[in-house]
Amino acid sequence: MNPKSLVNIGDYSQTDILRILESAARFKQQPNRDLLKGKVVATLFFEPSTRTRLSFETAVNRLGGRVIGFSDSATSSSTKGESLKDTILMVSNYADLIVMRHHLEGSARYASEVSPVPVINAGDGANQHPTQTMLDLFTIFETQGTLEELTITIVGDLKYGRTVHSLIQGMSYFRPTFNFVAPDELHIPEKYKQFCDTKGIPYREFTEFSPEAINSADILYMTRVQKERFTDLMEYEKVKNVYILHDKMLEQSKENLKVLHPLPRVKEISQDVDKNPKAYYFEQAKNGMYTRQAIICDLMGIDAQ
Amino acid sequence: MGKELQVAALENGTAIDHIPTSAVFKVVSLLQLQKLNNRITIGNNLNSNKMKSKGIIKVADKFFREDELNRIALVAPNVNLNIIRNWEVAEKRKVVLPDEIVEIMKCNNPKCITNNEPMKTRFHVIDKENVVLQCHYCELKIKKEEVVLV
Repeated sequence: MNPKSLVNIGDYSQTDILRILESAARFKQQPNRDLLKGKVVATLFFEPSTRTRLSFETAVNRLGGRVIGFSDSATSSSTKGESLKDTILMVSNYADLIVMRHHLEGSARYASEVSPVPVINAGDGANQHPTQTMLDLFTIFETQGTLEELTITIVGDLKYGRTVHSLIQGMSYFRPTFNFVAPDELHIPEKYKQFCDTKGIPYREFTEFSPEAINSADILYMTRVQKERFTDLMEYEKVKNVYILHDKMLEQSKENLKVLHPLPRVKEISQDVDKNPKAYYFEQAKNGMYTRQAIICDLMGIDAQ
Repeated sequence: MGKELQVAALENGTAIDHIPTSAVFKVVSLLQLQKLNNRITIGNNLNSNKMKSKGIIKVADKFFREDELNRIALVAPNVNLNIIRNWEVAEKRKVVLPDEIVEIMKCNNPKCITNNEPMKTRFHVIDKENVVLQCHYCELKIKKEEVVLV
């Protein structure tokens, strides 16, 4: 039987999501536990991602496990032309679980099919990054006390933003309302609107970062507007300063509002927001570690009560 | 009869009629006809009452497996399939798109693992009526017009 892997947020049912979030909450209470003693986790980063790799490696280290792997494909045998399949089979001889980041889309699904040990997708090109989604859900759950019936305003690059698409998918079980705020060139793709329609999820679209979109929200999810995404640089110049959150803009926002961002942030959240208690993005990044502890133990069948 | 057959009749074998003219050679490739030694007649741009013009393929003494024939649905879902025995139509069939397509088409995403690793492609048919497929690996959705055969 194939081991259970986490490749796509859609691999998790509503029950799975809630089980992981409850477990992550316990890890946040007590992150240093010897649950992975004697276990080896491989972190295979064919594409560098220091932030994600450190989060996974810290998660394992704090549970008493050991980490092997590489942080850049330049130091792996893929530069010698080895197939992904061979690399995975070789590493699975040594490790009890594989965490993989790869620039090719679908690589994680394929790795999970050839690997005899569980695989966690830590990002496959522009496709999926499910542990990011789980840490977003955990942070929403933690700050709001529920995932049900929340209004979530998502701002920035809604066209290419992988975290945005997965967040819509992950939240879809919990009757959310979405406000999509994006410039014309980066508006939410039709297929995600259709997805919302079929699930009966209400949404509104804004091209301006208006007070209404901010003040109706329980969660304000900011993302980066990247220059390289624009075909028309004039258009970029026009919008680059429009989707910037300043502290003043939060004055009329809801008491329970939290501002999230998958990080790294560039200019889209002004530094003056950082001291506002509603700013939660650094805590959100920290939550990644607890969420990953929960996911790793769950896939390895380790009882983390 | 009063009407001359545009393609010679078969004694035994498989006749595929009402193929859209643009799909005829894709059907040839999907059924791997180039590898057969059987007598094969291919007609294209023939007159048709139902369609403006059409293609026909007749393969003598060959009876394909169901899964082989169903591949045709990928490029020509509305063909008429006749199984001929002793000059008579012994069986009329429709092709049915399977739930999954393995190996015979490429993923259109150059950054998909299937285009960069020696492996079989795999697609889920997510809309049978309009023929929309989704790559099992990179999750790209592909419409019928965009299908590229291996």
